[in-house]
Amino acid sequence: MRNEHFAVSPDWRWYILLYFLLAGIAGGAYVIGALLRLTGVDRTAERVAFLLALPAIVVCPVLLTLDLGSPARFWHMLVNTTPGGGGLNLHPGSPMSVGVWALSLFSVFSLVSFLAALGRPAGVARLMAGRAGTALTVVGAVLGLFVASYTGVLLSVGNEAVWSDTWTLGGLFLASGMSAAAAVVAVAARRRAAAGTERRLAEADGWFALVELLFVVLLFITLAAAGSASTVLAHGWILLWVVVGLGLLPPLLGLARRGMAGAMTAVAPVLVILGVLALRAVIIFSPQG
Amino acid sequence: MTARISPGTAYGFFTDTSICIGCKACEVACKEWNQLPGNAPRFLGDSLDNTGQLDAMNWRHVQFVEQFTPSAPGGGGGRQAWLMMSDVCKHCNQASCMDVCPTGAIIRTEFDTVFIQQDVCNGCRNCISACPFGVIGFHGDTGTVRKCTLCYDRLQAGMQPACAQACPTQSIQFGPLDQLHKRADARLATLHGDGHDRARLYGRDGQVYGGLGAFFLLMDRPETYGLPSAASAVRPGRNNAPGYLGALLGSVLAVLGGLIALRRRNESPGTR
Repeated sequence: MRNEHFAVSPDWRWYILLYFLLAGIAGGAYVIGALLRLTGVDRTAERVAFLLALPAIVVCPVLLTLDLGSPARFWHMLVNTTPGGGGLNLHPGSPMSVGVWALSLFSVFSLVSFLAALGRPAGVARLMAGRAGTALTVVGAVLGLFVASYTGVLLSVGNEAVWSDTWTLGGLFLASGMSAAAAVVAVAARRRAAAGTERRLAEADGWFALVELLFVVLLFITLAAAGSASTVLAHGWILLWVVVGLGLLPPLLGLARRGMAGAMTAVAPVLVILGVLALRAVIIFSPQG
Repeated sequence: MTARISPGTAYGFFTDTSICIGCKACEVACKEWNQLPGNAPRFLGDSLDNTGQLDAMNWRHVQFVEQFTPSAPGGGGGRQAWLMMSDVCKHCNQASCMDVCPTGAIIRTEFDTVFIQQDVCNGCRNCISACPFGVIGFHGDTGTVRKCTLCYDRLQAGMQPACAQACPTQSIQFGPLDQLHKRADARLATLHGDGHDRARLYGRDGQVYGGLGAFFLLMDRPETYGLPSAASAVRPGRNNAPGYLGALLGSVLAVLGGLIALRRRNESPGTR
């Protein structure tokens, strides 16, 4: 049965697109840093990942605040300002509310890991160097996974065409964000990383791209069942899907040729990031007209 | 019509579209009372409608649905119906906008209506994507979202909403919901007795968002008026669990892939 939709557009545009991209990269970079820490293969690349996560996540609240109709009231997301209310605001049924808290907490973990990666202050570096640091990093990685994925759930929890017709957006945004993050970390760590790290990151990107491809297929299956697949394919949106495909190709080819070619070419990270941006653009913009 | 308006009682609208004449007095009364600016005249090519839709500036919208089909050559078989309906916020019992609002700006009042606190809303617009009726609109001047308040201020002063008071045919009726339900049931029985088989109540029972505070007597299927059918009237929260599970699935697969790629292994020296 074709789903009926009478909801109107919330007019979420460029700030939200950039936020979705940076949240994916920040969360993904932190998770990659945590994985590098757990496997212990390259401390330099691990530090680079944590050094990237914080700047990316710091921009996110700025973008979200700018998108608000009343930016000065951004704190109403966290504090109950209803007259006679008071206390903190957390609505478990609203992914936006949960996401704001996750973003806030993740920012704290990103800051701590960033400082530890810098090696100062020394107390933070010492704390993060031990088992407690590993435990904190794992908690931060879980938050990073949430921040990179909840944006897709947020879209789904509504009544817009496309967004509410599928359960796949959280997984799709997570995998694509991880893919973009792997590309960014690989480029940033290229000159300083240990032998084999660039190859490993390229392979990781291949796995992330494979998961992304799986979710793209699931997306189209669910949208076709709901009768809204044409919305994301109509007009010029098909061109953005071509960009998505071009962004998936380098990591997937790298994965297929594992052990032979390995590392990405110089243009591949650009294609990957453009593909991830295009994916978010077509999902965000196509139902809003 | 309503003797006394008391907090703690559920109030609402019963809009009987079978007697709406499309005069738009409700639109005008709403704008006058709520100090909403008038619309510049627009030709929408949609019958006599030049309001277009419900939004931040239009809290009542009279729809004109033309159902004119030509008669057969012999003279019979044609259908000529002009459906009119004064649309408004439905003040749902299970309000999608309230479900997703992150600030708690959208509240249920002591009259069981749904109200957006203008001093709390920060304009995130999440409720717009959640409202299944396309009721809520964003107002650039205030930086907030707005919709029908069911004349909250008038109710507090013991007055019925402006639109219901202005309606010359009593197509829009205001009152305690239990009384309106009885009135609607009786009216539907009359219409069915007169042969209007397509007439039906929309939002009278709990099938649509747990029941609507502003419910309707329609003369055709809900979709004809731009209203979701009972099967499509689903709350946004239905996607919370599947959405998070999808994210969890993606997380597990991505972390596994990452661990496979980033694990320790024997490699020939010099590989980068």
